[in-house]
Amino acid sequence: MASYETFDYDILIIGAGGAGLRAAIEAATGDLKVGLVCKSLLGKAHTVMAEGGVAAALANVDERDSWRVHFADTMRGGQYLSDARMAELHAKESPDRVRELEAWGALFDRTQDGSILQRNFGGHQYPRLAHVGDRTGLEMIRALQDHGIHQGIEVHMENTVVSLLKTEDRVSGAFGYEREKGRFKIFSAKAVVLATGGVGKAYKITSNSWEYTGDGHSLAYHAGAELIDMEFVQFHPTGMVWPPSVRGILVTEGVRGEGGILTNSEGNRFMFDDIPDLYVNQTADNPEEGWLYTQGDREARRPPELLTRDHVARCIVREVQEGRGSPHGGVFLDIAWIKEKIPNAPEHIRRKLPSMYHQFKELADIDITQEPMEVGPTTHYIMGGIRVDADTQMTCVPGLFAAGECAAGLHGANRLGGNSLSDLLVFGKRAGEYAAQFALENGTVPLEESEIDTIAQHVLKPFDNPEDGDNPYEIQAQLQEKMQELVGIARSEESLTQALEEIQSLREKADNVHAIGNREYNAGWHTALDLDCLLTVSEATALAALERRASIGAHSRDDYPEKEEPDAGKYNTIVRKDNDGVMAIRREPVPDLTEEYQQIIEEIG
Amino acid sequence: MAKATFRIWRGDASEAQFVDYETEVSEGMVVLDAVHRIQAEQANDLAVRWNCKAGKCGSCSAEVNGNPKLMCMTRLNDLPLDQPVTVEPMRAFPIIKDLVTDVSWNFKVKEKMKPFTPRPPDAEDGTWRMAQEDIDHVQEFRKCIECFLCQDVCHVLREHDLHDEFIGPRFFVYAASLEMHPIDTENRLEELKNEDGIGYCNITKCCTKVCPEHITITDNAIIPLKERVVDQFYDPIKRLFRVFSG
Repeated sequence: MASYETFDYDILIIGAGGAGLRAAIEAATGDLKVGLVCKSLLGKAHTVMAEGGVAAALANVDERDSWRVHFADTMRGGQYLSDARMAELHAKESPDRVRELEAWGALFDRTQDGSILQRNFGGHQYPRLAHVGDRTGLEMIRALQDHGIHQGIEVHMENTVVSLLKTEDRVSGAFGYEREKGRFKIFSAKAVVLATGGVGKAYKITSNSWEYTGDGHSLAYHAGAELIDMEFVQFHPTGMVWPPSVRGILVTEGVRGEGGILTNSEGNRFMFDDIPDLYVNQTADNPEEGWLYTQGDREARRPPELLTRDHVARCIVREVQEGRGSPHGGVFLDIAWIKEKIPNAPEHIRRKLPSMYHQFKELADIDITQEPMEVGPTTHYIMGGIRVDADTQMTCVPGLFAAGECAAGLHGANRLGGNSLSDLLVFGKRAGEYAAQFALENGTVPLEESEIDTIAQHVLKPFDNPEDGDNPYEIQAQLQEKMQELVGIARSEESLTQALEEIQSLREKADNVHAIGNREYNAGWHTALDLDCLLTVSEATALAALERRASIGAHSRDDYPEKEEPDAGKYNTIVRKDNDGVMAIRREPVPDLTEEYQQIIEEIG
Repeated sequence: MAKATFRIWRGDASEAQFVDYETEVSEGMVVLDAVHRIQAEQANDLAVRWNCKAGKCGSCSAEVNGNPKLMCMTRLNDLPLDQPVTVEPMRAFPIIKDLVTDVSWNFKVKEKMKPFTPRPPDAEDGTWRMAQEDIDHVQEFRKCIECFLCQDVCHVLREHDLHDEFIGPRFFVYAASLEMHPIDTENRLEELKNEDGIGYCNITKCCTKVCPEHITITDNAIIPLKERVVDQFYDPIKRLFRVFSG
């Protein structure tokens, strides 16, 4: 029998980014015992990389803003596939969640009258993003971390959960290992919150870190929860493209919010060439109007560079494919040009976009105050994920909750920039609150020992596999290549069918990868274990993408360019493990909008 | 494609040595890219911390050719590649394995410090009003990504090993961010003087030099804190005042 240490909690939170920390803080407000497990050191989670800001209708900069406008913007951005109740809760509660961060020490940039400053961002009608230069994520995670460490939460840093434990139908805990010595840990809990982030490491070009291997999605799937709309993977339009080693690193949308423009090799501002019907009324029809918008002119409409991310990414791909790209296969993003408009432009740019300035200066030898950047799409975010109840964030597995990027529903077919950080706060809090309630209302469930031994054997298998088994990094790289090529921005039945075959064959190889060395801080072993999660989310994404025979939001099918399938109506795709252990997919119609929601959307226009 | 040799520290607390790895290098690569390539192709079990690969998370701190650096922001074309590039863990902390050190002491130090304690809100909606110019300097401190390179290079920790008596530059920056926060009401000066060992810092500014976020640690955080400590505990007029006011 495997040896392991056991920890008993009322609530176990898996993941310590914005959602996990916020959930832990909320769960710990009573007398409940809260455990928090994270793969990295505390404060290093992916939230730290968020740049542009957190969306909340505080109406500090433009008093016309309200939760109703934020709700309507979110629904439109998501192509009306979002869960309307989640969009409502998110729009209503995010202002309080942002203000509360200030009470915990966060220092957002200020308006003239000393309140929280807000900036423009794609798809948001009014300046709505509270921010700190272009390092908002760092501010947010630090505020949560520095507050959280005084709330009596037990933190397990550098620990990875490899399986959830169930007792009959209920979740009863989790099985994990700590990196340092490779020892096993068993966490028993009355309720578990998944807050593990996204799946970006399934792709070759990504803004995501090594942690983003779809752990929560995969853990939930194997525990019987449903995954919804997994085809909607957001390719952020502006990632770095040169030099090769930095390809994919994020260039914040804030650059465009501050007046940055996209041009092709002919010097043409190509975003003016293709403005979707849904946004014609809200978009500037000339460069001057767009500039005025970025400078706070309330009568001006936003420049087309600030259209939704799915659309901007597709336009960039089109320019490159049609031969009008930049030298290294992207397009140009130019903020230096604003020197024509304002005095001291270089200083202004360095103040508004300090980390972008340093990122390009230090990694690409580019001075963004003087010359344009080269940018192209990068895998950034997954809108799809674990299906949860809008109010409580509980999955269909009793006691299992999910929040943040790994959960789904708020963003529909496309997420607006800034709506992720607010998502983490709003639904992180709710998940913590309702997990605590669940723990209070339900007793402890005993763990099943036999299950634990089976998991332990599986986890050690890479060491026992024959030495000529594949290198785990090699399999990971092959998967990333295939997902990039076949399940990327442009998809078709042919590419997706092939992707599913490739995933199947990689799964067989993954089963035989060999880990060298011992269990101590062994990155190769960890990579081998992450493969199962990556393959699960890759399969779910490819399967859902094959199922949706239409091009909507972030999902583009070359063979079905129309937004909706004839006679199919609006639907969500749902992936679940069937009784034979096979991944099954079905559709469910999107519920009709209530009259109240309908009215808000019509009114906001 | 050009090749370069990386001399990487391998092993744990009981036994460790430099091991040479030769790998291909290409345009724009940073040290972390080379370490990753070696890990993927030659040494799968090589231990290294990293996350964002963009200088934002502060995970990949190490000593490159003897200099405390973030590996993700250290470009190969700034290093002489005709000789081996040495990559070793931060030396001020106990080694766990290869390039990974035990930095848990830092997290314990922070937990012991008095947390942020705001004054009552200024407005009815629970918010505060603060002028941008009053928070500029605190925002500088809040840029800290907790890479702990300043701790690594500080001789009080690195050479004198005074971890029990001295919290190090990172946490003076943290203390400064709280003490100078316009709405914080707590006073941490007694702890800074007696428990945190601010007196040990003799302002050699080594920490400022290695900070990847370019925070002027010594001038903007440590020296003003030292002045406040002096004001509170050694100013004769204030001492007299305290005698009479009890």
